Amino acid sequence: MPKDAPTPTAPLDLFAIDALLDAEEIAIRDAVRRFCDDHVRPHIADWYEKGAVPARDLAKQLAGIGLLGMHLEGYGCAGTDATSYGLACLELEAADSGIRSLVSVQGSLAMYAVYRFGSEEQKQEWLPKMAAGEAIGCFGLTEADFGSDPGGIRTRAVRYGADWVLNGTKTWITNGSIADVAVVWARTDDGIRGFVVPTDTRGFSAAEIRRKLSLRASVTSELVLDNVRLPAAAMLPAARGLAAPLTCLSEARFGIVFGSLGAARDCLETTIEYARTRRVFDKSLAAYQLTQAKLADMTLELGKGMLLALHLGRLKDAGKIRPEQVSLGKLNNTRVAIAIARECRTILAANGITMDYPVLRHANNLESVLTYEGTSEVHQLIIGQALTGESAFR
Amino acid sequence: MKIVVCAKYVPDATGDRKFNADNTVDRVGVDGVLSELDEYAVEEALQIRDATDGEVVVVTVGPEVARAAVLKSLQMGADSGVHVLDEAIHGSDSAATSLILARAVERQRPDLVLCGMASTDGGMSVVPAMLAERLGLPQVTFASEVVVEDTTVRIRRDGDAATEVIEATTPLILSVTDQCNEPRYPSFKGIMAAKKKPVETLTLGDLGIAADQVGLDAAWTRVDGFTERLPKSAGTVVTDDNGSGADQLVSFLVSQKFV
Ligand SMILES: Cc1cc2nc3c(=O)[nH]c(=O)nc-3n(C[C@H](O)[C@H](O)[C@H](O)COP(=O)(O)OP(=O)(O)OC[C@H]3O[C@@H](n4cnc5c(N)ncnc54)[C@H](O)[C@@H]3O)c2cc1C
Repeated sequence: MPKDAPTPTAPLDLFAIDALLDAEEIAIRDAVRRFCDDHVRPHIADWYEKGAVPARDLAKQLAGIGLLGMHLEGYGCAGTDATSYGLACLELEAADSGIRSLVSVQGSLAMYAVYRFGSEEQKQEWLPKMAAGEAIGCFGLTEADFGSDPGGIRTRAVRYGADWVLNGTKTWITNGSIADVAVVWARTDDGIRGFVVPTDTRGFSAAEIRRKLSLRASVTSELVLDNVRLPAAAMLPAARGLAAPLTCLSEARFGIVFGSLGAARDCLETTIEYARTRRVFDKSLAAYQLTQAKLADMTLELGKGMLLALHLGRLKDAGKIRPEQVSLGKLNNTRVAIAIARECRTILAANGITMDYPVLRHANNLESVLTYEGTSEVHQLIIGQALTGESAFR
Repeated sequence: MKIVVCAKYVPDATGDRKFNADNTVDRVGVDGVLSELDEYAVEEALQIRDATDGEVVVVTVGPEVARAAVLKSLQMGADSGVHVLDEAIHGSDSAATSLILARAVERQRPDLVLCGMASTDGGMSVVPAMLAERLGLPQVTFASEVVVEDTTVRIRRDGDAATEVIEATTPLILSVTDQCNEPRYPSFKGIMAAKKKPVETLTLGDLGIAADQVGLDAAWTRVDGFTERLPKSAGTVVTDDNGSGADQLVSFLVSQKFV
């Protein structure tokens, strides 16, 4: 390169994204980025290849900087704003979607359910341990025949004197077989209710789902509840009906609005670096117009997604965000992220299919991210309903 | 125990470095950070504080942007900060910096003053000693381990030939190496707490220092010029054709006057 060629600008710097963040948000982002550089990136390809991640140790380390339940107040949680939580998700997912999933499920699904709908005793018992990474939580809503349509779940909770008895099977449950506590959603005579189930309760078992080609650095499990008997105090008192688990999902989706862009950013930065050093037909791959057109288009989508994410973050911090607005972000950003990951793979060509580079790992992960927390189609229906007033779910 | 840490704001070593027209390092127009080597001093201070139930005050001398070094230390857990900010400070050498630091530090009446082993930009390693001289305090440099028991401090220094253990009593000035601990990440709670912690901004006037005692004109040395390091060249690849590799390497080393 000629000596005074300008230093290349990183994609998100071209959008001057930092100008939209305050010093505290930048400090939180930098702390997570450094954490991932030190504790995740050196091992992630191995974990992914083996399909095994030391989740319990990692949870303690994540807790060390305050990542678990970071946006909740009290009970040992850091109490940051929602935008900071989003930025943290972005950095985690830039390392791997599986690590972000661990944090999302712990903080936004399991802890949030207890925080929002639990009794004071339930909060005191579980939240401090979960914030410290000493107890891992999972969130059991999906069943084999009820994914997009959780209103149909079959798991039942029946009164037995003052106690409850739960029977049913949950599947695709992140953190399931490493969890100390499961938030389980079940049908009762009084509609859908949530239960806090310590995983050492008799009749509870969890088996890991193997042979995944996506999110391999994340534990996914099937939960079996076989006459699990719980005291009356195990029910989440304030969670009534399907709206309660959907509120939790909206929290986690918000993290994905940012998180998915982390995976895309990592792909794009890797690819720009690769294109600048790879020589084809006697010149740098980065010097071809076709490459630059791809890079420019991907940067546009990444930057627009980031502006949308930050806008939604500010709305959430102002207490004004609506669920269908979270759907806008989830639909757009997971979609652009997977498109970027796949396009980046074309620039890396053969090298792109290996684990020496993160792009296909990210692309494969994003297949799950596109599906969980509401599939793209479900978000289209949510947005469609907001636009037309017509529900097209059934 | 009251501990003061002297922490410097330096250009980020991973970014571009620039110089001003007066041949001083540009600290304002480039990305800067708390000097990595000072993070060890902050960490050591925090550990001693937590073991002795004390207080950690961070002192930085530098332009407006240098406040970031104080903030980072507060995010890591320091209790309060002092930022000496005055236009006349621009271009100060180590001697002048140590004068400013001495006045700012002595107001705190510390039991212990901690410094990093060098700044990552200037790399002089002399400020702790100059500070000790100005304050009339004993100093031990390049501490690899610090153990505090009441007013007694045991310091391990790892030399090339031997390791020595030195005992001293407070008040005392120490510089610590990158071997003495593993600096913590600021936790989110630390980051959020930092903005509520007090930072005092002082001018030279507040410290009783005249503008002409410091700055570029008062410096004992002057930088006449600088040359940027040449960009890395491609390097030479030695191919080992039927055992000739060693000979080729030797002649390369000889040609470059390495041997
Ligand atoms: C790795 C991973 C981790 C997960 N973790 C958890 C967890 O921790 N907890 C949990 O409860 N769940 C979890 N899930 C489950 C996830 O939420 C579901 O997979 C998701 O809701 C989709 O359900 P499904 O797979 O049954 O697909 P289905 O609901 O069977 O959908 C099949 C297809 O039909 C489309 N579709 C569905 N309904 C409609 C409609 N009305 N109109 C048009 N198209 C429609 C869908 O978009 C999809 O394309 C996880 C999933 C994965 C892959």
